[in-house]
Amino acid sequence: MTNPIKDVEKADVLLITGSNTTENHPVLSTYAKRGIAKGAKLIVVDPRKIPITKHATLWLRQTLGTDVAWINGMMRVIIEEGLYDESYVTSRTVGLEDLKKAVEPFTPEKVEEISGIPADQLVEAARLYASAKAASILYAMGITQHTCGTDNVKSLANLAMLCGNVGVEGGGVNPLRGQNNVQGACDMGGLPNVYSGYQAVNNADAKKRMEAAWGVTGLSDKPGLTVTQMLPAAHEGEFSALYIIGENPMVSDPDLRHAEKCLKALDFLVVQDIFLTETAKLADVVLPSLCFAEKDGTFSNTERKVQRVRKAVDGPGEARTDWDILCGVASRMGYPMAYENARQIFAEIGSVTPTYCGINYERIDSDGLFWPCTGTDHPGTPCLHMDKFSCGLGVFSAIGFKPPAEMPDDDYPLYLTTGRVLYQYHTGTMTMKSEGLNAQSPECFVEISQEDADRLGVAQGDLVSVASRRGKITVPAVVGDMTEPGTVFIPFHWAKQAVNLLTNSALDPIARIPELKVCAVRLEKAA
Amino acid sequence: MTRQDTLRINGREYAFQPGDTLLDAAKKNGLDIPSLCHLARATPTGVCGVCVVELAERPGELVRACMTPAESWMTVRTESPCVVAERKAVIKRFLDSGFHNCAVRGADSQDWTSFQMAVQASDGADDLCPAWGDCQLQELAYRYQVCGDHFPREGEYPRQSVNPFIFRDYARCIQCGRCVQACNEIQVNMAIDASMRDENSKVTPLTDFPLANEDCVFCGECIQACPVGALVEKGSRYTVRPWETTRVRTTCSYCGVGCQLWLHVKDNKVVKVTGVEEVGPNYGSLCVKGRFGFHFVSHPDRLTTPLIKEGDGFREASWDEALDLVAKRLGELKETKGPDKLGVLTSARVTNEENYIAQKFSRAVLKTNNVDHCARL
Ligand code: SF4
Ligand code: SF4
Ligand code: FES
Repeated sequence: MTNPIKDVEKADVLLITGSNTTENHPVLSTYAKRGIAKGAKLIVVDPRKIPITKHATLWLRQTLGTDVAWINGMMRVIIEEGLYDESYVTSRTVGLEDLKKAVEPFTPEKVEEISGIPADQLVEAARLYASAKAASILYAMGITQHTCGTDNVKSLANLAMLCGNVGVEGGGVNPLRGQNNVQGACDMGGLPNVYSGYQAVNNADAKKRMEAAWGVTGLSDKPGLTVTQMLPAAHEGEFSALYIIGENPMVSDPDLRHAEKCLKALDFLVVQDIFLTETAKLADVVLPSLCFAEKDGTFSNTERKVQRVRKAVDGPGEARTDWDILCGVASRMGYPMAYENARQIFAEIGSVTPTYCGINYERIDSDGLFWPCTGTDHPGTPCLHMDKFSCGLGVFSAIGFKPPAEMPDDDYPLYLTTGRVLYQYHTGTMTMKSEGLNAQSPECFVEISQEDADRLGVAQGDLVSVASRRGKITVPAVVGDMTEPGTVFIPFHWAKQAVNLLTNSALDPIARIPELKVCAVRLEKAA
Repeated sequence: MTRQDTLRINGREYAFQPGDTLLDAAKKNGLDIPSLCHLARATPTGVCGVCVVELAERPGELVRACMTPAESWMTVRTESPCVVAERKAVIKRFLDSGFHNCAVRGADSQDWTSFQMAVQASDGADDLCPAWGDCQLQELAYRYQVCGDHFPREGEYPRQSVNPFIFRDYARCIQCGRCVQACNEIQVNMAIDASMRDENSKVTPLTDFPLANEDCVFCGECIQACPVGALVEKGSRYTVRPWETTRVRTTCSYCGVGCQLWLHVKDNKVVKVTGVEEVGPNYGSLCVKGRFGFHFVSHPDRLTTPLIKEGDGFREASWDEALDLVAKRLGELKETKGPDKLGVLTSARVTNEENYIAQKFSRAVLKTNNVDHCARL
């Protein structure tokens, strides 16, 4: 997030899109709801009637995968009516002329045609967003998990910059991270192109620094493969060994049948986890690790706040920390790696990571610190881009609309989108161990509109088979008004009825994120 | 600091900020004015009357510290005889209003430890309050040496345990309204309707109908807000007593909000989770996963030993054998196929330290930049 969580309560207008905030970031949603109770206005743009729509001034329901169109449409209205923040745009951004040209075709009528959002609602939303002193945009996977995910994100940034909402209290463009330490995994260099602190692997200086710090030579300066590239490469026989730590792609990946084939094609698979997950079952070697309650360390939350994790209990059996296991393998491979504890590793992180170098365990003992924190007397940075963008001027990107990779047709006439429910988490390996959570949310289901249900002769609770070009699952129907006619929704937590057997693995060309939020399916009442 | 910004409490000068109530001012200066109905971050309601204090400028007149804005002319007495007398009366009224059988009667002749021992000895009796030892009313009763002398008749108030998470015992509700505020003002779920009082005029959460009422999302904010034993975690009710546990502060391992938690530990097991109230991002709030989703930690299905594939299944192995095998196979493949045919999938679930080591392992040991995690999924 560019802004801290507490800022959400200070926004005059909130725009929530592609985020089922109350279910997936429940405590963050309380900031939004409290702000609204005190008079803030909420615009929700979401294809589903998610719970936060109850608090919305305006709820725009777009057809799946049409986000660039409505965002461009809003900007067109804002530009045409002169509602944008002229002094901000002049002093802090470049590229307005290109943006103007790019959004020109997106008249409210044209947007209505593409996205199904009524023209007058779009205009109203544009005016409301532009009217705010500070407007905050909150988004999540509903924006990113598309073949045009990068375009979607850039479009939201365009909109926020146009109205002068980046670098102001209560504003910002705020991605909500779905998993506890996505932010930290990225910060620490768990990405193919960067070391910790986003230092590019193909930057010669960075490479030299890391070689010196690590006491090695010959670090590769060639950016590596993303997970969404490694797996297909394995299938092609171009990739041999994968070491998976605490992830369960056999439930979370798109097009699971294909993912399974890929994992099976590997010469060697190691899985390190706390449970024997669906993925671990395919491994050659499974290594037992400790969970968050059994170890020391830090997590970085979605607002870039680095907070302590502390050991509360001893782990089961012989399970060990993930870092300790990795050190064991490294040492056996001829690169001795040994640390006394997590604190010592954190000190090393600070020494090679400028954005973290001012943070240490003493400083975050009672409350965390926001990175960038560039010295031990630096107070941390809750809000990014305050006086200027970290990279100078903000650049508007001219972006056109591209439809999703797979659209409904005669054979597969319905849109499918996926997501989560409040009571379960990701692939369920953790939450499904709590009876209470299972009692609230025991099984997979498909949300379907009354109209589609009637057409298919499906009643509440009936078993329905849902098929895409890639697979088929059978789940009970929840008939109601959550989705609109023509669109169905299935949560992805359950391995037994894994919706990712159906989803499309087509990727965003830049971020390499699969289009988990849109594919085409066919429904039938199960015999 | 100007003279405007100070007032006197119990004979000493203290600073306050404009807008502070007397309760805020006292808290900031580390002074303890007892309160029951006051809930941080919510509008003061002033319904309980425990926080009364006396102003020297108006002898004999009591004001509620949680409702009274601090002003520099004030000279506050927090424990004067008339304050104490009023507090005792308020506490007594609460004790007599419900089933507050926490053995405070007769407590005046005992010290705290023997009092605690006596009650522990009788623990297991299923009518000893589950909040025993973690109850603000009980603490006040002990502090001000007040005993109740009246219990409601057996069965006068209903108990409810229809949902999987929360146990409600109306016999212990003191109608402080904190649960209502927690739900409506803090979580803004509006699942507890203050006007929905039953014939005993006790606050009635709508969660009596967990399936019909879609507004309750079992965040448990009401449990954390309840100062007494009227709303308690079903999972730890009677099975875990506060004095048997230790608490460790950590960060939630579910979503990216990163709520600060207390893990309550008994016999090397996490038995309860509460929110840390002093700091962000959550200031005590949690969601249903963070508060009630901790059972996986001690679940019997946890992996306890390395496993090596054999035929269609696995056999258990020692760490040495397993790590030797991993190192050998990775080493061979690195040699024969090349470093870029190897990769590491690190995790958005593990710590920064572990992610750092994972990328260091990929880059410095395997010599490849093929390292990624599942943020994209
Ligand atoms: S249930 Fe607890 S928090 Fe709610 S009114 Fe009663 S005593 Fe207060
Ligand atoms: S308690 Fe809930 S909202 Fe807070 S971090 Fe955990 S999962 Fe997220
Ligand atoms: S705390 Fe002030 S009246 Fe209850």
